[in-house]
Amino acid sequence: MTSERVGSFTLSHVADLWKDSTRREFMRVACLGGTAVLLPSMFAGCSDDDDGGITGPPSNEVVIDLDTDTGVLNYAYALEQLEAAFYSQVVSGFATSGLSAAEQTVLTDIRNHEVIHRDFLAQVLAGAKIPNLAVNFSSVNFRDRVSILQTAKAFEDVGVSAYNGAGKLLKDLNNLGVAGKIVSVEARHAAVIRDFLKPGSRDFAGDDVIDPASGLDLAYDPGQVLEGTAHFVTTPIRLVS
Amino acid sequence: MIELQTTPDTVEPTVSRRDAIKGTAALGASALAGIRIAAVPIALAGMTQRAGAQSVASIIGVLNFALTLEYLEDEFYRTGLASSVAATFSSAERSAVEQISMHETAHVKVLQATIRALAGTAVAKPTFDFTARGAYPDVFTNKATFFAVAQAFEDTGVRAYKGQAGNVASNKGVLTAALQIHSVEARHAAQIRRLRGQKGWITNADRGTLPAGTQAVYAGEDNTTHAGANAAPLGANAGGTPAVTEAFDEPLTMQQVLAIVAPFIA
Repeated sequence: MTSERVGSFTLSHVADLWKDSTRREFMRVACLGGTAVLLPSMFAGCSDDDDGGITGPPSNEVVIDLDTDTGVLNYAYALEQLEAAFYSQVVSGFATSGLSAAEQTVLTDIRNHEVIHRDFLAQVLAGAKIPNLAVNFSSVNFRDRVSILQTAKAFEDVGVSAYNGAGKLLKDLNNLGVAGKIVSVEARHAAVIRDFLKPGSRDFAGDDVIDPASGLDLAYDPGQVLEGTAHFVTTPIRLVS
Repeated sequence: MIELQTTPDTVEPTVSRRDAIKGTAALGASALAGIRIAAVPIALAGMTQRAGAQSVASIIGVLNFALTLEYLEDEFYRTGLASSVAATFSSAERSAVEQISMHETAHVKVLQATIRALAGTAVAKPTFDFTARGAYPDVFTNKATFFAVAQAFEDTGVRAYKGQAGNVASNKGVLTAALQIHSVEARHAAQIRRLRGQKGWITNADRGTLPAGTQAVYAGEDNTTHAGANAAPLGANAGGTPAVTEAFDEPLTMQQVLAIVAPFIA
Protein backbone atom coordinates (compact mmCIF):
# COMPACT_ATOMS: atom_id res chain seq x y z
CA MET A 1 0.00 0.00 0.00
CA THR A 2 1.38 3.43 -0.84
CA SER A 3 1.53 6.51 1.34
CA GLU A 4 -1.30 8.92 0.99
CA ARG A 5 -0.55 12.34 2.48
CA VAL A 6 -3.66 13.69 4.15
CA GLY A 7 -3.26 17.28 5.27
CA SER A 8 -0.49 17.42 7.83
CA PHE A 9 -1.08 13.86 8.92
CA THR A 10 0.90 11.35 6.93
CA LEU A 11 -0.28 7.79 6.83
CA SER A 12 2.61 5.51 6.08
CA HIS A 13 0.12 2.73 5.78
CA VAL A 14 -3.64 3.12 5.61
CA ALA A 15 -3.95 0.27 8.13
CA ASP A 16 -2.08 2.48 10.66
CA LEU A 17 -5.36 4.26 11.18
CA TRP A 18 -6.54 1.25 13.05
CA LYS A 19 -3.74 1.45 15.61
CA ASP A 20 -4.81 3.26 18.80
CA SER A 21 -1.92 5.74 18.83
CA THR A 22 -2.19 6.86 15.24
CA ARG A 23 -5.96 6.75 15.31
CA ARG A 24 -6.19 9.07 18.32
CA GLU A 25 -3.86 11.61 16.70
CA PHE A 26 -5.72 11.46 13.40
CA MET A 27 -9.07 11.90 15.14
CA ARG A 28 -7.76 14.78 17.24
CA VAL A 29 -6.84 16.65 14.07
CA ALA A 30 -9.98 15.54 12.25
CA CYS A 31 -12.32 16.64 15.04
CA LEU A 32 -10.73 20.10 14.89
CA GLY A 33 -11.84 20.21 11.27
CA GLY A 34 -8.34 20.62 10.00
CA THR A 35 -7.84 17.48 7.98
CA ALA A 36 -9.04 16.35 4.62
CA VAL A 37 -11.34 13.40 4.96
CA LEU A 38 -11.41 10.39 2.75
CA LEU A 39 -13.22 8.18 5.26
CA PRO A 40 -16.40 9.85 6.50
CA SER A 41 -17.05 7.02 8.94
CA MET A 42 -14.04 8.20 10.96
CA PHE A 43 -16.09 11.08 12.38
CA ALA A 44 -18.37 8.65 14.15
CA GLY A 45 -15.90 8.65 17.01
CA CYS A 46 -15.56 12.41 17.63
CA SER A 47 -16.44 13.03 21.29
CA ASP A 48 -14.80 13.80 24.65
CA ASP A 49 -13.89 10.17 24.74
CA ASP A 50 -12.21 9.90 21.40
CA ASP A 51 -12.06 6.20 21.46
CA GLY A 52 -14.77 5.80 18.85
CA GLY A 53 -14.72 2.06 19.00
CA ILE A 54 -13.49 1.74 15.42
CA THR A 55 -11.75 -1.53 15.13
CA GLY A 56 -11.21 -1.93 11.41
CA PRO A 57 -12.12 -0.69 7.94
CA PRO A 58 -15.88 -0.18 7.54
CA SER A 59 -17.50 -3.21 5.98
CA ASN A 60 -19.22 -1.06 3.34
CA GLU A 61 -16.01 0.75 2.37
CA VAL A 62 -15.58 1.21 -1.36
CA VAL A 63 -12.01 0.98 -2.58
CA ILE A 64 -11.05 2.65 -5.84
CA ASP A 65 -7.67 1.81 -7.32
CA LEU A 66 -6.60 4.78 -9.42
CA ASP A 67 -3.69 2.83 -10.83
CA THR A 68 -6.10 1.12 -13.22
CA ASP A 69 -8.47 2.51 -15.80
CA THR A 70 -11.23 0.56 -14.05
CA GLY A 71 -10.53 2.54 -10.92
CA VAL A 72 -10.44 5.87 -12.73
CA LEU A 73 -13.74 5.08 -14.47
CA ASN A 74 -15.22 4.01 -11.14
CA TYR A 75 -14.14 7.36 -9.75
CA ALA A 76 -16.05 9.03 -12.59
CA TYR A 77 -18.96 6.66 -11.98
CA ALA A 78 -19.04 7.67 -8.32
CA LEU A 79 -19.37 11.34 -9.30
CA GLU A 80 -22.04 10.61 -11.88
CA GLN A 81 -23.96 8.64 -9.25
CA LEU A 82 -23.91 11.70 -7.00
CA GLU A 83 -25.01 14.02 -9.76
CA ALA A 84 -27.77 11.72 -10.96
CA ALA A 85 -29.07 11.32 -7.43
CA PHE A 86 -28.94 15.04 -6.77
CA TYR A 87 -30.72 16.08 -9.95
CA SER A 88 -33.30 13.32 -9.56
CA GLN A 89 -34.16 14.74 -6.18
CA VAL A 90 -34.33 18.23 -7.64
CA VAL A 91 -36.71 17.11 -10.38
CA SER A 92 -38.95 15.27 -7.96
CA GLY A 93 -39.22 18.44 -5.89
CA PHE A 94 -39.89 20.91 -8.71
CA ALA A 95 -43.32 21.88 -7.39
CA THR A 96 -41.82 23.38 -4.22
CA SER A 97 -38.43 24.40 -5.58
CA GLY A 98 -39.03 27.98 -6.63
CA LEU A 99 -37.38 27.21 -9.96
CA SER A 100 -38.80 28.90 -13.05
CA ALA A 101 -40.33 26.86 -15.86
CA ALA A 102 -37.30 27.51 -18.06
CA GLU A 103 -34.97 26.40 -15.27
CA GLN A 104 -37.03 23.26 -14.72
CA THR A 105 -36.74 22.37 -18.40
CA VAL A 106 -32.98 22.74 -18.32
CA LEU A 107 -32.59 20.87 -15.04
CA THR A 108 -34.69 18.03 -16.44
CA ASP A 109 -32.27 17.85 -19.37
CA ILE A 110 -29.30 17.86 -17.00
CA ARG A 111 -30.90 15.14 -14.88
CA ASN A 112 -31.35 13.08 -18.02
CA HIS A 113 -27.74 13.57 -19.06
CA GLU A 114 -26.37 12.59 -15.64
CA VAL A 115 -28.54 9.49 -15.44
CA ILE A 116 -27.32 8.55 -18.91
CA HIS A 117 -23.69 9.18 -17.93
CA ARG A 118 -24.10 7.13 -14.78
CA ASP A 119 -25.78 4.23 -16.51
CA PHE A 120 -23.31 4.35 -19.39
CA LEU A 121 -20.33 4.07 -17.06
CA ALA A 122 -22.08 1.26 -15.18
CA GLN A 123 -22.49 -0.49 -18.53
CA VAL A 124 -18.84 0.01 -19.49
CA LEU A 125 -17.60 -1.14 -16.07
CA ALA A 126 -20.04 -4.05 -15.89
CA GLY A 127 -18.95 -6.48 -13.14
CA ALA A 128 -16.12 -4.19 -12.09
CA LYS A 129 -18.34 -1.31 -11.07
CA ILE A 130 -18.47 -0.07 -7.49
CA PRO A 131 -21.76 -0.46 -5.59
CA ASN A 132 -24.43 2.22 -5.40
CA LEU A 133 -23.21 4.94 -3.05
CA ALA A 134 -25.34 6.13 -0.15
CA VAL A 135 -25.91 9.85 -0.55
CA ASN A 136 -26.77 12.61 1.89
CA PHE A 137 -28.22 15.85 0.56
CA SER A 138 -29.49 17.13 3.89
CA SER A 139 -27.26 20.19 3.50
CA VAL A 140 -29.27 21.23 0.44
CA ASN A 141 -32.55 23.12 0.78
CA PHE A 142 -34.59 21.70 -2.08
CA ARG A 143 -37.25 24.32 -1.42
CA ASP A 144 -34.77 27.11 -2.14
CA ARG A 145 -33.94 27.84 -5.78
CA VAL A 146 -30.58 29.37 -4.89
CA SER A 147 -29.54 26.44 -2.69
CA ILE A 148 -30.41 24.05 -5.51
CA LEU A 149 -28.56 26.04 -8.16
CA GLN A 150 -25.48 26.65 -6.00
CA THR A 151 -25.24 22.94 -5.30
CA ALA A 152 -25.71 22.18 -8.99
CA LYS A 153 -22.99 24.68 -9.85
CA ALA A 154 -20.60 23.04 -7.39
CA PHE A 155 -21.34 19.59 -8.79
CA GLU A 156 -20.80 20.69 -12.37
CA ASP A 157 -17.59 22.63 -11.69
CA VAL A 158 -16.29 19.69 -9.63
CA GLY A 159 -17.28 17.30 -12.40
CA VAL A 160 -15.32 19.31 -14.95
CA SER A 161 -12.33 19.54 -12.62
CA ALA A 162 -12.47 15.82 -11.96
CA TYR A 163 -12.53 14.75 -15.58
CA ASN A 164 -9.84 17.31 -16.48
CA GLY A 165 -7.63 16.03 -13.68
CA ALA A 166 -8.30 12.37 -14.41
CA GLY A 167 -7.44 12.41 -18.09
CA LYS A 168 -3.75 11.93 -17.41
CA LEU A 169 -4.50 8.87 -15.27
CA LEU A 170 -6.15 6.89 -18.04
CA LYS A 171 -3.94 4.44 -19.91
CA ASP A 172 -6.35 3.33 -22.62
CA LEU A 173 -7.05 6.05 -25.18
CA ASN A 174 -10.55 4.66 -25.72
CA ASN A 175 -11.35 5.48 -22.10
CA LEU A 176 -9.83 8.93 -22.53
CA GLY A 177 -12.12 9.38 -25.52
CA VAL A 178 -15.19 8.47 -23.49
CA ALA A 179 -14.20 10.82 -20.69
CA GLY A 180 -13.64 13.56 -23.25
CA LYS A 181 -17.13 13.14 -24.68
CA ILE A 182 -18.64 13.56 -21.22
CA VAL A 183 -16.59 16.40 -19.74
CA SER A 184 -17.57 18.99 -22.35
CA VAL A 185 -21.23 18.31 -21.60
CA GLU A 186 -20.55 18.85 -17.88
CA ALA A 187 -18.90 22.13 -18.81
CA ARG A 188 -21.97 23.15 -20.81
CA HIS A 189 -24.07 22.33 -17.74
CA ALA A 190 -21.79 24.42 -15.57
CA ALA A 191 -22.10 27.43 -17.86
CA VAL A 192 -25.89 27.25 -17.94
CA ILE A 193 -26.27 26.81 -14.17
CA ARG A 194 -23.90 29.70 -13.53
CA ASP A 195 -25.90 31.87 -15.88
CA PHE A 196 -29.10 30.99 -14.00
CA LEU A 197 -27.46 32.20 -10.81
CA LYS A 198 -26.21 35.46 -12.33
CA PRO A 199 -27.96 35.97 -15.66
CA GLY A 200 -26.18 37.82 -18.41
CA SER A 201 -22.93 38.03 -16.47
CA ARG A 202 -19.45 36.67 -17.13
CA ASP A 203 -20.00 33.91 -14.56
CA PHE A 204 -20.77 31.23 -17.17
CA ALA A 205 -16.99 31.00 -17.52
CA GLY A 206 -16.08 33.10 -14.51
CA ASP A 207 -12.68 34.12 -13.24
CA ASP A 208 -13.34 32.05 -10.13
CA VAL A 209 -12.92 28.88 -12.17
CA ILE A 210 -10.98 29.98 -15.24
CA ASP A 211 -7.67 31.71 -14.70
CA PRO A 212 -7.86 34.94 -16.75
CA ALA A 213 -4.14 34.82 -17.53
CA SER A 214 -4.19 31.35 -19.07
CA GLY A 215 -7.82 30.72 -19.93
CA LEU A 216 -7.48 27.29 -18.33
CA ASP A 217 -10.36 25.61 -16.50
CA LEU A 218 -10.10 23.69 -13.27
CA ALA A 219 -8.27 20.36 -13.05
CA TYR A 220 -8.19 18.63 -9.67
CA ASP A 221 -6.70 15.39 -8.46
CA PRO A 222 -9.10 12.68 -7.26
CA GLY A 223 -8.20 13.26 -3.61
CA GLN A 224 -9.15 16.92 -3.88
CA VAL A 225 -12.39 16.11 -5.66
CA LEU A 226 -13.54 13.54 -3.18
CA GLU A 227 -12.67 15.86 -0.30
CA GLY A 228 -14.92 18.46 -1.86
CA THR A 229 -17.84 16.07 -2.25
CA ALA A 230 -17.30 13.98 0.88
CA HIS A 231 -20.19 15.60 2.74
CA PHE A 232 -22.65 14.30 0.14
CA VAL A 233 -21.57 10.67 0.44
CA THR A 234 -22.04 8.49 3.48
CA THR A 235 -20.48 5.41 1.95
CA PRO A 236 -16.79 5.45 2.87
CA ILE A 237 -14.55 5.68 -0.18
CA ARG A 238 -10.85 4.90 -0.12
CA LEU A 239 -8.58 5.91 -2.98
CA VAL A 240 -5.53 3.77 -3.50
CA SER A 241 -2.77 3.85 -6.07
CA MET B 1 -1.56 25.43 -44.15
CA ILE B 2 -0.20 24.34 -40.84
CA GLU B 3 3.52 23.67 -40.87
CA LEU B 4 4.71 20.70 -38.88
CA GLN B 5 7.93 21.64 -37.16
CA THR B 6 10.37 18.78 -36.82
CA THR B 7 12.52 18.60 -33.73
CA PRO B 8 14.58 15.77 -32.32
CA ASP B 9 12.65 13.39 -30.09
CA THR B 10 13.36 13.83 -26.41
CA VAL B 11 12.77 11.30 -23.73
CA GLU B 12 11.71 12.90 -20.47
CA PRO B 13 11.60 11.22 -17.08
CA THR B 14 8.15 9.95 -16.22
CA VAL B 15 6.20 11.14 -13.20
CA SER B 16 4.83 8.28 -11.19
CA ARG B 17 1.09 7.93 -11.00
CA ARG B 18 1.47 8.01 -7.24
CA ASP B 19 2.93 11.51 -7.35
CA ALA B 20 0.11 12.63 -9.54
CA ILE B 21 -2.47 11.60 -6.98
CA LYS B 22 -1.87 13.71 -3.92
CA GLY B 23 -4.07 14.54 -1.02
CA THR B 24 -4.02 18.17 -0.03
CA ALA B 25 -4.05 20.24 3.07
CA ALA B 26 -7.27 20.85 4.93
CA LEU B 27 -10.05 22.28 2.85
CA GLY B 28 -13.02 24.20 4.12
CA ALA B 29 -16.46 24.73 2.69
CA SER B 30 -15.22 27.01 -0.06
CA ALA B 31 -12.27 24.74 -0.50
CA LEU B 32 -12.32 24.31 -4.20
CA ALA B 33 -12.39 28.00 -5.05
CA GLY B 34 -9.02 29.29 -6.08
CA ILE B 35 -7.19 26.00 -6.10
CA ARG B 36 -5.90 25.05 -9.49
CA ILE B 37 -3.06 23.23 -11.16
CA ALA B 38 -0.30 25.45 -12.57
CA ALA B 39 -1.88 28.04 -14.82
CA VAL B 40 0.69 27.77 -17.57
CA PRO B 41 1.74 24.26 -18.46
CA ILE B 42 5.34 25.17 -19.21
CA ALA B 43 6.57 23.43 -16.08
CA LEU B 44 4.43 20.43 -16.85
CA ALA B 45 5.20 20.19 -20.52
CA GLY B 46 8.30 18.14 -19.90
CA MET B 47 6.73 16.07 -17.16
CA THR B 48 6.09 12.86 -18.98
CA GLN B 49 6.90 11.40 -22.31
CA ARG B 50 7.08 7.67 -22.65
CA ALA B 51 9.62 6.61 -25.21
CA GLY B 52 7.88 5.12 -28.21
CA ALA B 53 4.73 7.14 -27.64
CA GLN B 54 3.86 10.25 -29.62
CA SER B 55 6.92 12.14 -30.80
CA VAL B 56 7.48 15.67 -29.62
CA ALA B 57 7.20 16.75 -33.25
CA SER B 58 3.74 15.26 -33.61
CA ILE B 59 2.61 16.86 -30.35
CA ILE B 60 3.91 20.22 -31.57
CA GLY B 61 1.94 19.67 -34.75
CA VAL B 62 -1.23 19.19 -32.74
CA LEU B 63 -0.49 22.27 -30.66
CA ASN B 64 0.04 24.34 -33.80
CA PHE B 65 -3.31 23.11 -35.11
CA ALA B 66 -4.94 24.21 -31.86
CA LEU B 67 -3.05 27.50 -32.01
CA THR B 68 -4.44 28.18 -35.49
CA LEU B 69 -7.97 27.75 -34.17
CA GLU B 70 -7.23 30.01 -31.21
CA TYR B 71 -5.77 32.67 -33.53
CA LEU B 72 -9.05 32.44 -35.46
CA GLU B 73 -11.27 32.86 -32.42
CA ASP B 74 -9.04 35.48 -30.82
CA GLU B 75 -9.06 37.72 -33.89
CA PHE B 76 -12.77 37.08 -34.49
CA TYR B 77 -13.84 38.31 -31.07
CA ARG B 78 -11.38 41.20 -30.93
CA THR B 79 -12.51 42.38 -34.33
CA GLY B 80 -16.15 42.01 -33.33
CA LEU B 81 -15.68 44.09 -30.20
CA ALA B 82 -14.01 46.81 -32.27
CA SER B 83 -16.67 46.76 -35.00
CA SER B 84 -20.08 48.39 -35.34
CA VAL B 85 -21.79 45.13 -34.43
CA ALA B 86 -20.63 45.58 -30.84
CA ALA B 87 -22.81 48.67 -30.49
CA THR B 88 -25.82 46.42 -31.02
CA PHE B 89 -24.88 43.97 -28.25
CA SER B 90 -27.09 43.67 -25.21
CA SER B 91 -25.37 43.84 -21.85
CA ALA B 92 -25.44 40.04 -21.63
CA GLU B 93 -24.01 39.65 -25.12
CA ARG B 94 -21.22 42.11 -24.45
CA SER B 95 -20.32 40.40 -21.16
CA ALA B 96 -20.13 37.04 -22.87
CA VAL B 97 -18.08 38.25 -25.82
CA GLU B 98 -15.64 40.16 -23.62
CA GLN B 99 -15.09 37.16 -21.35
CA ILE B 100 -14.71 34.77 -24.25
CA SER B 101 -12.35 37.14 -26.05
CA MET B 102 -10.13 37.36 -22.97
CA HIS B 103 -9.91 33.58 -22.83
CA GLU B 104 -9.08 33.14 -26.50
CA THR B 105 -6.27 35.67 -26.22
CA ALA B 106 -4.96 33.75 -23.22
CA HIS B 107 -5.22 30.44 -25.06
CA VAL B 108 -3.05 31.81 -27.87
CA LYS B 109 -0.38 32.75 -25.35
CA VAL B 110 -0.54 29.42 -23.51
CA LEU B 111 -0.23 27.41 -26.71
CA GLN B 112 2.64 29.54 -27.99
CA ALA B 113 4.44 29.12 -24.66
CA THR B 114 3.84 25.38 -24.61
CA ILE B 115 5.19 24.97 -28.12
CA ARG B 116 8.28 26.96 -27.18
CA ALA B 117 8.71 24.89 -24.01
CA LEU B 118 8.85 21.81 -26.23
CA ALA B 119 11.53 23.55 -28.35
CA GLY B 120 9.08 23.94 -31.21
CA THR B 121 8.21 26.88 -33.41
CA ALA B 122 4.73 28.35 -33.12
CA VAL B 123 2.94 28.74 -36.43
CA ALA B 124 2.35 32.34 -37.47
CA LYS B 125 -1.13 33.80 -37.40
CA PRO B 126 -2.82 33.33 -40.77
CA THR B 127 -4.77 36.06 -42.52
CA PHE B 128 -8.43 35.48 -41.82
CA ASP B 129 -11.56 36.23 -43.81
CA PHE B 130 -14.45 36.09 -41.39
CA THR B 131 -16.96 36.57 -44.19
CA ALA B 132 -15.95 33.07 -45.32
CA ARG B 133 -15.42 34.18 -48.92
CA GLY B 134 -18.61 36.22 -48.88
CA ALA B 135 -20.90 33.70 -47.21
CA TYR B 136 -21.29 36.00 -44.17
CA PRO B 137 -20.72 39.50 -45.58
CA ASP B 138 -22.29 41.21 -42.55
CA VAL B 139 -20.49 39.20 -39.88
CA PHE B 140 -19.20 42.38 -38.18
CA THR B 141 -22.23 44.57 -38.80
CA ASN B 142 -25.11 42.20 -38.11
CA LYS B 143 -25.51 40.74 -34.62
CA ALA B 144 -27.34 37.60 -35.71
CA THR B 145 -24.61 36.76 -38.20
CA PHE B 146 -21.84 37.48 -35.70
CA PHE B 147 -23.32 35.18 -33.08
CA ALA B 148 -24.08 32.48 -35.61
CA VAL B 149 -20.44 32.38 -36.65
CA ALA B 150 -19.43 32.52 -32.98
CA GLN B 151 -21.53 29.46 -32.19
CA ALA B 152 -20.06 27.59 -35.13
CA PHE B 153 -16.54 28.41 -33.97
CA GLU B 154 -17.15 27.41 -30.36
CA ASP B 155 -18.90 24.12 -31.09
CA THR B 156 -16.15 23.33 -33.61
CA GLY B 157 -13.46 24.19 -31.07
CA VAL B 158 -14.89 21.76 -28.53
CA ARG B 159 -14.92 18.96 -31.10
CA ALA B 160 -11.43 19.85 -32.36
CA TYR B 161 -9.78 19.62 -28.94
CA LYS B 162 -11.73 16.47 -28.18
CA GLY B 163 -10.44 14.92 -31.37
CA GLN B 164 -6.81 15.64 -30.48
CA ALA B 165 -6.67 14.66 -26.81
CA GLY B 166 -5.51 11.16 -27.66
CA ASN B 167 -2.77 12.58 -29.88
CA VAL B 168 -1.10 14.40 -26.99
CA ALA B 169 -1.86 11.89 -24.25
CA SER B 170 1.71 10.72 -23.80
CA ASN B 171 2.63 14.17 -22.46
CA LYS B 172 0.56 14.50 -19.30
CA GLY B 173 1.12 18.23 -18.94
CA VAL B 174 0.04 18.97 -22.49
CA LEU B 175 -2.93 16.61 -22.22
CA THR B 176 -4.16 18.26 -19.04
CA ALA B 177 -3.78 21.74 -20.51
CA ALA B 178 -5.66 20.65 -23.64
CA LEU B 179 -8.49 19.31 -21.48
CA GLN B 180 -8.50 22.55 -19.49
CA ILE B 181 -8.94 24.57 -22.68
CA HIS B 182 -11.49 22.13 -24.12
CA SER B 183 -13.88 22.56 -21.20
CA VAL B 184 -13.61 26.34 -21.42
CA GLU B 185 -14.62 26.23 -25.10
CA ALA B 186 -17.61 24.14 -24.05
CA ARG B 187 -18.66 26.78 -21.53
CA HIS B 188 -18.32 29.40 -24.27
CA ALA B 189 -20.37 27.30 -26.65
CA ALA B 190 -23.18 26.84 -24.15
CA GLN B 191 -23.44 30.56 -23.44
CA ILE B 192 -23.34 31.63 -27.09
CA ARG B 193 -25.97 29.02 -27.94
CA ARG B 194 -28.27 30.23 -25.18
CA LEU B 195 -27.78 33.87 -26.17
CA ARG B 196 -29.06 32.73 -29.58
CA GLY B 197 -32.10 31.09 -28.00
CA GLN B 198 -30.75 27.54 -28.38
CA LYS B 199 -30.14 24.89 -25.74
CA GLY B 200 -26.63 24.87 -24.30
CA TRP B 201 -26.14 21.33 -25.65
CA ILE B 202 -26.35 19.73 -29.05
CA THR B 203 -29.39 17.56 -29.82
CA ASN B 204 -28.93 14.91 -32.48
CA ALA B 205 -26.92 16.50 -35.32
CA ASP B 206 -29.13 19.55 -35.24
CA ARG B 207 -27.57 22.87 -36.22
CA GLY B 208 -30.76 24.59 -35.04
CA THR B 209 -31.08 28.08 -36.43
CA LEU B 210 -27.59 28.19 -37.94
CA PRO B 211 -27.27 28.52 -41.71
CA ALA B 212 -27.09 25.34 -43.78
CA GLY B 213 -23.42 25.98 -44.56
CA THR B 214 -22.53 25.14 -40.94
CA GLN B 215 -23.96 21.60 -40.94
CA ALA B 216 -20.47 20.09 -41.02
CA VAL B 217 -19.98 21.49 -37.51
CA TYR B 218 -22.67 19.09 -36.28
CA ALA B 219 -22.05 16.07 -38.50
CA GLY B 220 -21.92 12.91 -36.41
CA GLU B 221 -23.23 14.54 -33.23
CA ASP B 222 -26.14 12.11 -33.34
CA ASN B 223 -23.83 9.16 -32.69
CA THR B 224 -24.99 6.99 -29.81
CA THR B 225 -22.24 4.34 -29.88
CA HIS B 226 -19.53 5.03 -27.33
CA ALA B 227 -16.59 2.78 -26.47
CA GLY B 228 -18.18 0.15 -28.65
CA ALA B 229 -21.37 0.15 -26.58
CA ASN B 230 -24.81 1.23 -27.77
CA ALA B 231 -25.92 3.96 -25.42
CA ALA B 232 -29.29 4.74 -27.02
CA PRO B 233 -31.32 2.47 -24.68
CA LEU B 234 -29.98 4.42 -21.69
CA GLY B 235 -32.38 7.21 -22.56
CA ALA B 236 -35.38 4.99 -21.83
CA ASN B 237 -36.39 6.83 -18.66
CA ALA B 238 -34.14 9.81 -19.25
CA GLY B 239 -35.27 11.81 -22.23
CA GLY B 240 -34.95 9.20 -24.95
CA THR B 241 -32.42 9.10 -27.76
CA PRO B 242 -32.29 12.91 -28.13
CA ALA B 243 -31.08 13.15 -24.53
CA VAL B 244 -28.49 10.46 -25.18
CA THR B 245 -27.14 12.47 -28.12
CA GLU B 246 -27.01 15.58 -25.90
CA ALA B 247 -25.17 13.72 -23.14
CA PHE B 248 -22.08 13.11 -25.27
CA ASP B 249 -20.19 15.53 -27.48
CA GLU B 250 -18.38 13.98 -30.46
CA PRO B 251 -14.82 14.54 -31.66
CA LEU B 252 -13.85 15.79 -35.10
CA THR B 253 -10.63 14.83 -36.83
CA MET B 254 -8.04 17.45 -37.69
CA GLN B 255 -8.97 17.05 -41.35
CA GLN B 256 -12.67 17.61 -40.66
CA VAL B 257 -11.94 20.72 -38.62
CA LEU B 258 -9.60 22.17 -41.22
CA ALA B 259 -12.29 21.68 -43.84
CA ILE B 260 -14.75 23.60 -41.65
CA VAL B 261 -12.41 26.53 -41.02
CA ALA B 262 -10.77 26.65 -44.46
CA PRO B 263 -13.23 29.22 -45.85
CA PHE B 264 -12.25 31.57 -43.01
CA ILE B 265 -8.54 31.41 -43.83
CA ALA B 266 -7.65 33.78 -46.63
